Amino acid sequence: MSARDDIFGNIRRSLGVNGSETIRRQIVADRLERAPKGVIPKRGQVSGEERIALFKTMVETSLATVTEVASPAEVPQSIALFLRNHNLPATLRMGDDPRLKAMPWSDTTLEIAHGPSRGSDLNAVSHAFGGIAESGTLAMVSSADNPSTLNFLPDNHIIVVSAKDIASDYESVWNRVRFAYGKGSMPRTVNWITGPSRSGDIEQTLLLGAHGPRRLHVIVVRE
Amino acid sequence: MTVHSTSPQFKQNAARALNDDQLQKALNNVKQGFIDKRQMAADKLPEFEALRDASRDIKNHTLEHLDLYLEAYEEKVKASGGHVHFARDAAEARDIILNICRETDAKTVTKGKSMISEEIGINHHLEANGIQPVETDLGEYIIQLRNELPSHIIAPAVHLNATQVEEDFRRVHTHLDAKRDLSEPVQLLTEARAVLRERFLAADVGITGANFLVAETGTSIIVTNEGNGDLTQILPKTHIVLASLEKLVPTLEDVSQLLRVLARSATGQELSVYTTFSTGPRRSTDADGPENYHVVLIDNGRSSMLGTSFEEMLRCIRCGACMNHCPVYHAVGGHAYGWVYPGPMGAVLTPSLIGVDQAGHLPNASTFCGRCESVCPVRIPLPKLMRHWREREFERHLTPATVRSGLKFWGFFAKRPALYRLATRVAMGALALAGRRRGHFAWLPMSKGWTKYRDFPAPQGETFQARWERERKGQAA
Amino acid sequence: MSVLPSQGRPAKPRVGLFVTCLVDLMRPSVGFAAVKLLEDAGCIVDAPVQTCCGQPAYNSGDRGTTRDLAMRMIEAFQGYDFVVAPSGSCAGMIKAHYPELFEEDPNWRAKADALAARTYELTSFLVDVLCVTKVDAAFNGAVTFHDSCSGLRELGVKTQPRKLLASVEGLTLVEMKDSDVCCGFGGTFAVKYSDISGAIVDAKARNIEDAHVPTLLAGDLGCLMNMAGKLSRDGRLIQVRHVAEVLAGMTDVAPIGAAKADAIK
Repeated sequence: MSARDDIFGNIRRSLGVNGSETIRRQIVADRLERAPKGVIPKRGQVSGEERIALFKTMVETSLATVTEVASPAEVPQSIALFLRNHNLPATLRMGDDPRLKAMPWSDTTLEIAHGPSRGSDLNAVSHAFGGIAESGTLAMVSSADNPSTLNFLPDNHIIVVSAKDIASDYESVWNRVRFAYGKGSMPRTVNWITGPSRSGDIEQTLLLGAHGPRRLHVIVVRE
Repeated sequence: MTVHSTSPQFKQNAARALNDDQLQKALNNVKQGFIDKRQMAADKLPEFEALRDASRDIKNHTLEHLDLYLEAYEEKVKASGGHVHFARDAAEARDIILNICRETDAKTVTKGKSMISEEIGINHHLEANGIQPVETDLGEYIIQLRNELPSHIIAPAVHLNATQVEEDFRRVHTHLDAKRDLSEPVQLLTEARAVLRERFLAADVGITGANFLVAETGTSIIVTNEGNGDLTQILPKTHIVLASLEKLVPTLEDVSQLLRVLARSATGQELSVYTTFSTGPRRSTDADGPENYHVVLIDNGRSSMLGTSFEEMLRCIRCGACMNHCPVYHAVGGHAYGWVYPGPMGAVLTPSLIGVDQAGHLPNASTFCGRCESVCPVRIPLPKLMRHWREREFERHLTPATVRSGLKFWGFFAKRPALYRLATRVAMGALALAGRRRGHFAWLPMSKGWTKYRDFPAPQGETFQARWERERKGQAA
Repeated sequence: MSVLPSQGRPAKPRVGLFVTCLVDLMRPSVGFAAVKLLEDAGCIVDAPVQTCCGQPAYNSGDRGTTRDLAMRMIEAFQGYDFVVAPSGSCAGMIKAHYPELFEEDPNWRAKADALAARTYELTSFLVDVLCVTKVDAAFNGAVTFHDSCSGLRELGVKTQPRKLLASVEGLTLVEMKDSDVCCGFGGTFAVKYSDISGAIVDAKARNIEDAHVPTLLAGDLGCLMNMAGKLSRDGRLIQVRHVAEVLAGMTDVAPIGAAKADAIK
């Protein structure tokens, strides 16, 4: 008997079932299909300016920094300023995200590189799929537009998020993922990012920049 | 058994731990930080208790339908281009992993923190077969350098102080300037980051655990604060996910509920820094990510826990809150428990996995104070389950003879009220007389365990029932 | 916690005092303090012949003996409106664990449920059921209070003793750090794992001392004997008493573990 058959046999024996019970199969199919929501904290259930304000507060709680710009055209200048303020070199890696590509990078003296990171980049920018106000989380989806390596290898990670993509809760983001990728399908990687990398493994002292970015900077774009 | 267990020597382990000054100093870091942070996080979320109920219910529902959710999950992983392997036990899991590594001709393997990988002892197996495993979680990296087991499920090196880490780094990182300054924790972190960065980039295979598996989408989820788990899985050609069967949950909605209690219970964060949802290998539209994606589903005793009272233990989401709040863990640390899982969750799970004859001390070494249950995010009745292990021991005559005969002696009197009253009246009278001068005893026959650390207060003399009978019985209705 | 609506309560409730083994044998004055508190609150108190609730056997995995003793308890306490114990641990045994003992025996299960429903820890009974808000007692000085684990986590005893203590004339309560953390007693644990128990009670004793008060109170005699024994071993001059003694104004007896002459009046 294969390990698989053995394990299923053992599970079913322990549960006292045979696996073909119509009611059980229906219950499971139904739950997978309907994906019922559970308890959703009231905290995030606000809209408009209030939701953006909550998002920014929670981003800061996660020890990231956040700023706001009026339009996509202001993003390059804002990033250049951020790098300058932190005495960081004027270099920046990004993927092929059309929203990022369309921004006026030539307004700045930033040296731009494209494609995934191989580990030597100091700074990178990614465009978020969405934000989650409840916890100040950025939801990133993998693709050539926003390679996952940019989320982790650079020392300083800048994430651009559109104000309209800031949702109240995780569940709202899952709905958008389902709409974009189809029910039951996912991009290869979804990263929820809540603050810069950190470790408490040495004497439970919180230190930033364990393996991932030491700094996380979020730019909220109003359209 | 896969990892050698010293659980039978729990008492000796504990005695050693209590006399280990370095350890006692390090354990002070557990006592306050984790507890206060969890409380603050819980206080900030009015729905926290309701989320604990919801989390318990989701896990119960999944376990009751585990066969069907596993089928659905497997199908989804395959549809996304991944491979699913089933392993009955640790040895099978090790062989599956080794074969995948050999297929990709792997020389080095990076690893995210995974308790199941400790449980199956994969590191030694890979090493023995010429493949170098590199732990990348800072705490796991440190204990790998020391050839130790984690002493805590979310803070593996919590038993160590910075000076000990410094010594290890100097011993192992011999390619670095011997005169470098490592006096600050941040310098240790920076050094580990640089050393491990090279390892990440060079690895052929990345092995992670899974905090959850989602049946709806065939997704595996890891939660980290460092980002090491992500670098482990997106840089190498092959990503292997190790997960025990009970990691399954039905949907993305369900896992969102559980994620709301996990970090809060563990570290008091709203959410850990990185929550990563991985589904299959890289797509044609991806610029990075692994080309191969394997999931190794490991039973190793879980399927036999279903349908028993220990099924409740399979709800555990490995947050560590039970050990963070345990007075016994605070006193002796994690290594005293002698196997992979320490603290209250270990005291229940370990006997299930390696046998109560091996791990019998663990469920006994509890005051039943109940603080673990009171903070468990999925409401596992840990004291009750520890008691169930004591019952199994008693039934199998594994309870120590002294305890059994003591119980028998006491039970004999307790079942005979008249004899009980007579015997206690005489005994208490004598004891009171003997202890009259000081009011307590520094020594009593057969009470060494008590009087080694504390005096034994003397009784007042006449028992309550004797005095009640004398004063009241006549006038009672 | 179930709180009985006051209109459903008999004018003079008949209370069976579950005195508990430790109080019966070691410190009967606690039992008489409980009797006084209950009678002052208008109860008719009786103490039927009793031995032990079975907790030591239960926690040692011996369900058979536990059930035998539980049946005796259930029978001994039939016919009382309420059963009250000056112990959260022993009341908790009946309230939280008796029903589970008879899962496979509907007849005894019903009896166990009925007993569980009318069993209370002393301070919780006074405050939650009898709605007592003050006691007629005086105590000169500051005290600190240890929350015993079973009472706290199985029965929700936390505010009740504090409410009553607040009404004691001359008494001030100074909270210690970690008052809700186990003292390391744990019944047979204190003897079976004495090294660990010793370390836990050591930490507790330091928190007690750091409260800088002359008196320690708690609601469970097991914990009290453990802490008193530790404080006495370490030569710390802190008097230790059951909370019922203070609430009943019966502090003329020597503190736990102290000779009569040590009693600080």
